[in-house]
Amino acid sequence: MAGILRLKQVTKEYPRSGAALRDVSFEIQKGEFVFLAGHSGAGKSTLLKLISMAERPTSGEVRVSGYTSGSITAREIPQLRRRLGIVFQDFRLLADRTAEQNVAFALEVTGTPHVQIRPKVSRLLTQVGLASRATAYPHELSGGEQQRVAIARALVNDPFVLLADEPTGNLDDRATHAIFLLLREINAQGTAVMMATHDVAMIQRSNLRFLELDNGQLVHDGTDVARLVADMRGRR
Amino acid sequence: MRLAFREVALAFRRAPLLAILGIVTIAFSLFAFGLFGLVALNIRVALHEIEDRVEIRAFLVNNARDAQIEELMTGIARIPQVADVGYVTPDSALQRARAELEEFQDVMEGAVLPGSVELRLKDGARDPATMQMISRRLQTYAVVDEVRYGQEWVEKLYRIRNIAALAGSVLGSVFALVAVIIIGSTIRMAILARTREIEVMRLVGATNGFVRLPYLIDGMLKGLAGGALAIALTWGTNELITRNLLTTTFFSREQMLLGIGAGGLLGLVGSWVSVGRHLRHLWRDA
Repeated sequence: MAGILRLKQVTKEYPRSGAALRDVSFEIQKGEFVFLAGHSGAGKSTLLKLISMAERPTSGEVRVSGYTSGSITAREIPQLRRRLGIVFQDFRLLADRTAEQNVAFALEVTGTPHVQIRPKVSRLLTQVGLASRATAYPHELSGGEQQRVAIARALVNDPFVLLADEPTGNLDDRATHAIFLLLREINAQGTAVMMATHDVAMIQRSNLRFLELDNGQLVHDGTDVARLVADMRGRR
Repeated sequence: MRLAFREVALAFRRAPLLAILGIVTIAFSLFAFGLFGLVALNIRVALHEIEDRVEIRAFLVNNARDAQIEELMTGIARIPQVADVGYVTPDSALQRARAELEEFQDVMEGAVLPGSVELRLKDGARDPATMQMISRRLQTYAVVDEVRYGQEWVEKLYRIRNIAALAGSVLGSVFALVAVIIIGSTIRMAILARTREIEVMRLVGATNGFVRLPYLIDGMLKGLAGGALAIALTWGTNELITRNLLTTTFFSREQMLLGIGAGGLLGLVGSWVSVGRHLRHLWRDA
């Protein structure tokens, strides 16, 4: 089966800071759950930017759902983005809109017919377990709840892959675990998930495939946690 | 589209002071433009009135024969730029002089004035070059003694008019540029204030056009409002001048609409440039 997301010998260099990624190749299958591990600065965020085509690789090729980094046009990027769900450590919610307005906003700006928006928003908020807090503003929500809103927003266009950039980085242990379970649940319904984290314990417990980046290079692609534990400890 | 207007309304509600400031600055730059336009307009009206009075007068030799005069008149009738022509006999010239210069009645006793031909030119043919050409042509007739048309006058008028037109277009473009820059920076502020929203829009896959539209509408509305306010200010000033100094001509309805439209266009151009530049930055970062 062909991967829905494939990087082939991808190198990304920045004019000032040099190479952020070096010769990275991997593939993700439909419905897979993959961790992206590594220290801050190892290239995780760069990798996610390349996948969302916010940036183009210096060399090599990124292929996402039929779009290729070498040939995608500026007009096609929004189309690709609608097939991706993206979640960040800092949630990136709009502070002056309620939870449901935040989710609805994503539907409105992608041209969803008005009548479909309300039911879809309430279904998504229910899915992430926030139906009762729909009218709360972000500042009235806990970190975990805010991330749930962000996840609901990322799901509005039924993405085939959810990219999560350290989604639990700002959360306590309980909230972290709950978010992880939510992502697993979403994954179980067929959406591939790529979750960047430096929470080794989480990776260890889950026994799932992970990609380890170190200084821009892909040093591991598999489930060998012992190595990751040693690497992360050594660097700390 | 509806969403775009809602976003514009929301932006206004969120930062009404900024929006008003933007509109007022646009209004002031267009107001300055409008005042100049008013001056130019009134110069033009005045010139037109003066021009209307400009005529060529050919004085005839004494004891001109009827046949000669007839020949001159048919010659003049063949000149296409001539609107109308009249012959003033020596008698009527004297009568006219007596009427106009009553104080000098005595001096005119027994005086003989030459007969003359007066011709008025058509609209648009009253420029110095045409007048000179016609005057030369008249001088070729033996019956014509001297031709007068206030050469200096006409040339001076035209020079004033040309300077006014030039100054108008130079100042006009400067003010237009200022308006574009002002609108551009208010839009820039609006974009910076909404970085987060734009980031989210891009993230979830809103098209570029969709992200731009609210700012373009915003800029255009501000330009239109600024234009309307500028017209109001100009009208107020005009009223003040008319009441206290001299009667002036104000813009026609079409000219006013054109002014408001120009404001809208400037707003659109300003926001277009600004949106293009600043969104590209955001695109790269997010």
